[in-house]
Amino acid sequence: MTPEAIKDLLAAKLAADVGWNDELAGDPFATVEADKWHEACRIAKDEPELFFDFLRAQTGTDYPDDGSIEVVVHLFSYKNRHSFVLKTRVDRKKPLVQSVQDLWPAANWYEREIFDLLGVEFSGHPDLRRLVLPEDWVGHPLRKDYKEQDSYQGISTLRPGYARVEAGGKKKKKKKKAKTAEPKPEEPKPEESKPEESKPEEPKPEEPKPEESKPEESKISKPSGDGEDEV
Amino acid sequence: MSSSDDMVDDKVKVEQGPNGGAVAGPIDSLFNLARKNSLWYLLFGTACCAIELMQTGGPRTDTDRFGMVFRPTPRQADVLILAGTITYKMASRIRRLYDQMAEPKYVISMGSCANTGGLFQASYSVLKGGDLIVPVDVYLPGCPCRPESLTEGLMLVQQIIEKEPWLKKAWGKVPAPKDPWPEESRECKDDS
Ligand code: SF4
Repeated sequence: MTPEAIKDLLAAKLAADVGWNDELAGDPFATVEADKWHEACRIAKDEPELFFDFLRAQTGTDYPDDGSIEVVVHLFSYKNRHSFVLKTRVDRKKPLVQSVQDLWPAANWYEREIFDLLGVEFSGHPDLRRLVLPEDWVGHPLRKDYKEQDSYQGISTLRPGYARVEAGGKKKKKKKKAKTAEPKPEEPKPEESKPEESKPEEPKPEEPKPEESKPEESKISKPSGDGEDEV
Repeated sequence: MSSSDDMVDDKVKVEQGPNGGAVAGPIDSLFNLARKNSLWYLLFGTACCAIELMQTGGPRTDTDRFGMVFRPTPRQADVLILAGTITYKMASRIRRLYDQMAEPKYVISMGSCANTGGLFQASYSVLKGGDLIVPVDVYLPGCPCRPESLTEGLMLVQQIIEKEPWLKKAWGKVPAPKDPWPEESRECKDDS
């Protein structure tokens, strides 16, 4: 079936308006209202003439100008040999979409990924946790207005003197943070050199490192005269 | 290796031991000779540099001839090689591996990613250098650095070991290097 015919059949079965766009480059796509999302997907899967048994991909896109987030499924039917793109839009401030993982189990991780990176909630999802980012991550990085935190778990997210790429591609110099671990020349500090009474397995003193103050510099620049082992 | 000149220190220093015994300096050299020729590294990599790390363990580079063999567990490893891009999610895991290694231990930062974040340094999820979480001894440039380079990095660790006042260190007389990520500043839950 052609995408247009698929869309017409879908609209007839759904008994609702289905948006249609075939002007943009790429696949034409149909758009349904968010509250009809699960129903539309169920029809796409169960209707014998459509029979989209394979969820190729499920993604999300942030549109801050429209104040909306779009959720997309890319479908394919092995039986009928046709494919289709179905979209829905939700409010960016309170993004809530019905989960389709009961139709295509593959959607489980896709939806977790969209939740992770865009913050879209999927109602009816059995296990909506972050997929790729750590559990204690702040924010949803694929949102266009995402701001990187200054530190993560006590690690600075910036090296001293490095530029941070802000949203919109502009580079911004950040001033050096005092917290940042900068390898210093060996400085005996009395409280550090104390033998550890409580934690005997803590790192013991390491070797003196005279060149430690220049981390970016390669230390392998000088072969130090042990050439006779070369093959 | 022709480094025996460096090892035999002309200044024989006498150290006071913890129980009052005295030890002459060059015994360090003996310990260090043994230590540097059994430099076992942890077979652990986080991205594409690990491919070169595996290659380094292969027969062409043959680091076995220097006594460098890979170990599959941090408990038996002397060297941690940060081979690859480190994500923030991985940071606490790497720190745990480092903490599980027995002293004395050394860290090689392999490749641009482990040095500074490399070509992913603008990413929100990539750690901007392994030295923000563990003290690094040797930095190797390259993307990836070649097995020859890593071999030389391991040999640089050997040179560090050679010059180490080992007994002093064992008795806690050498101050620890600055820990870039001390335990009290780690804000991670211990979630395994
Ligand atoms: S430095 Fe290059 S080769 Fe090594 S982990 Fe980074 S991207 Fe991969």
